[in-house]
Amino acid sequence: MFRNLTVRLALAGLAGLLAGSCTTDADVAPDWEVPGAEVPANFPAPVYATSQNPPTREAFELGRTLFYDPRLSRTGDISCGSCHQQFVAFAHQDHRVSHGVDNLLGTRNAPALQNLRWRSEFLWDGGAKNLETMPLAPITNPVEMDETLQNVLRKLNADADYQQRFAQVYGRKPIDSQQLLKALAQFTAAFTSSHSRYDQYSRHEAGGELSAGELRGLQVLRQKCGSCHAGELFTDETYRNNGLDRSFAADSGRAHITGRPQDVGRFKVPSLRNVALTPPYMHDGRFQTLRQVLDHYASGMVESGTLDAQFRQAGTRPGISLSEDEKADLLAFLHTLTDTEFIQDKRLAEAR
Amino acid sequence: MKFRSFILVCLSLVTVTFTACTDDADVTTPAAGTLDVEVDHLVGNVPLVLNTGTYTTSSGQQFTVSTFNYYLSNIKLRKADGTEYVEPESYHLIRQSDAATKAFTLNNVPAGDYTALTFTIGVDSARNVSGAQTGALDPANGMFWTWNSGYIYTKLEGSSPQAGGNKQLLFHIGGFKKPNNTIRTVSPSLNGATIQIRQDRMPTVHLAVDVLKMFTGPNSIDFSTLSNTMGGSNSVKVADNQAAGMFRVDHVHAN
Repeated sequence: MFRNLTVRLALAGLAGLLAGSCTTDADVAPDWEVPGAEVPANFPAPVYATSQNPPTREAFELGRTLFYDPRLSRTGDISCGSCHQQFVAFAHQDHRVSHGVDNLLGTRNAPALQNLRWRSEFLWDGGAKNLETMPLAPITNPVEMDETLQNVLRKLNADADYQQRFAQVYGRKPIDSQQLLKALAQFTAAFTSSHSRYDQYSRHEAGGELSAGELRGLQVLRQKCGSCHAGELFTDETYRNNGLDRSFAADSGRAHITGRPQDVGRFKVPSLRNVALTPPYMHDGRFQTLRQVLDHYASGMVESGTLDAQFRQAGTRPGISLSEDEKADLLAFLHTLTDTEFIQDKRLAEAR
Repeated sequence: MKFRSFILVCLSLVTVTFTACTDDADVTTPAAGTLDVEVDHLVGNVPLVLNTGTYTTSSGQQFTVSTFNYYLSNIKLRKADGTEYVEPESYHLIRQSDAATKAFTLNNVPAGDYTALTFTIGVDSARNVSGAQTGALDPANGMFWTWNSGYIYTKLEGSSPQAGGNKQLLFHIGGFKKPNNTIRTVSPSLNGATIQIRQDRMPTVHLAVDVLKMFTGPNSIDFSTLSNTMGGSNSVKVADNQAAGMFRVDHVHAN
């Protein structure tokens, strides 16, 4: 693999040299660069470095076509983009839980897809452990896309356009699962959301002024929510029980993966980026508004054996003490995490 | 994989040719040879036959086998002086249903007398999380868990009248995280034989792989209480059995 990569890099380099020396024609130059290839100044180092799957225009566009292609599902009507819509940061608008083939419903809320380069584990329970292999979960899930990898490859290999585009990118036939997954990762790795008003504030850029209420909200967040919704990505990537239920018979969460009783009821701490765009909230989509979410933390939490210790308060029920003013400030701040540039980026939209 | 082997062969040919043309007496290309590995699948003393063969465990439970696949990986050969040959990209998916998978060749093994053979039953933890793989590790081979990513190291499916519910046996052994790590590395005895790698020889190691040993050993498996495992602590029990003696070197052919 390493060798292949080296060869490919060398070839890309050669191609670059040739292109550079042979032509300066502006018409030949690409209209645009692959998005998400750079690390924003306020972000940590990515988990999935560009060197693991060097972005190219052709591979990115191939991944884009695949992401929006419903043929990846058994019934031919559910694509990745069906449940991950760009205008809501690639979450699924108005859907408590995922809506798959034959109108089957899943058990969990389709999460926003953003800044995936910085993730080492995926899904609410962390079951997927690499950005490249993650799509295998929804593709094969019987209530999501319900398709086999072999069938997907059969369909792709029967399509002349895909054949030609894959061969152009990977230089070999037939299309195999590695090519499919690498191409999809070219697209999903490009979902960098780093142009919210908060980012401009954080990077001291023009337009990055936050109001007094927003700044107070940021302070409340860092102080009372920041141990989990930590750092510039607003998540510490851990799994925690945030007091939704007394028992977790329907969905044991992280324990489904680890088999450990202490992980029952724990779910991935989601990023708060674009959170104003991505209702409903929680792993099962039970809350419709951010206000309901804050009310849950302030006064709606219930006790259970694996409830995160940080919510336990001496002498009173579990939760986070939040005044009404603090809630209002938090709500104001959370809206500064909306990245309009990201959700309107035409490069990430379905090609027309 | 085959293509890569081909390239290796080509490269070695080029090397050999190149060496042959030079007059430089100081340049000595270490001689290399090949080693064939062949596996035979048994249940106790009889050959495994899918679907139609009926077998009995040491505790008297009957069973049939419809699928038997496993990974044999990270193969190493060691000389008496401790020097090792480590097969590069050493991942072999063996399937009872596909005879071609039951024999493979290690190429470019430095000449010498090897006294020990070591390999992993399963896939090392790094490759479980390394992203999209090809060849033996291609997830399209059906040996990859999609909802809890990682490889199924051994997949045995079948049926037993003693198994509960639908009488199915479903042993999917995998997992790389403590405490349910089922990666097992074994060094079955060569029984005093040495594997002599020479440029002009084609030795073969014959491995006998006993399916029954999945169910006996440190942990006796009772199908009435354990007929379905996909990772987790029950898979660890089976993996410990596998490590305890499922793989045996039957004999070594010198040529």
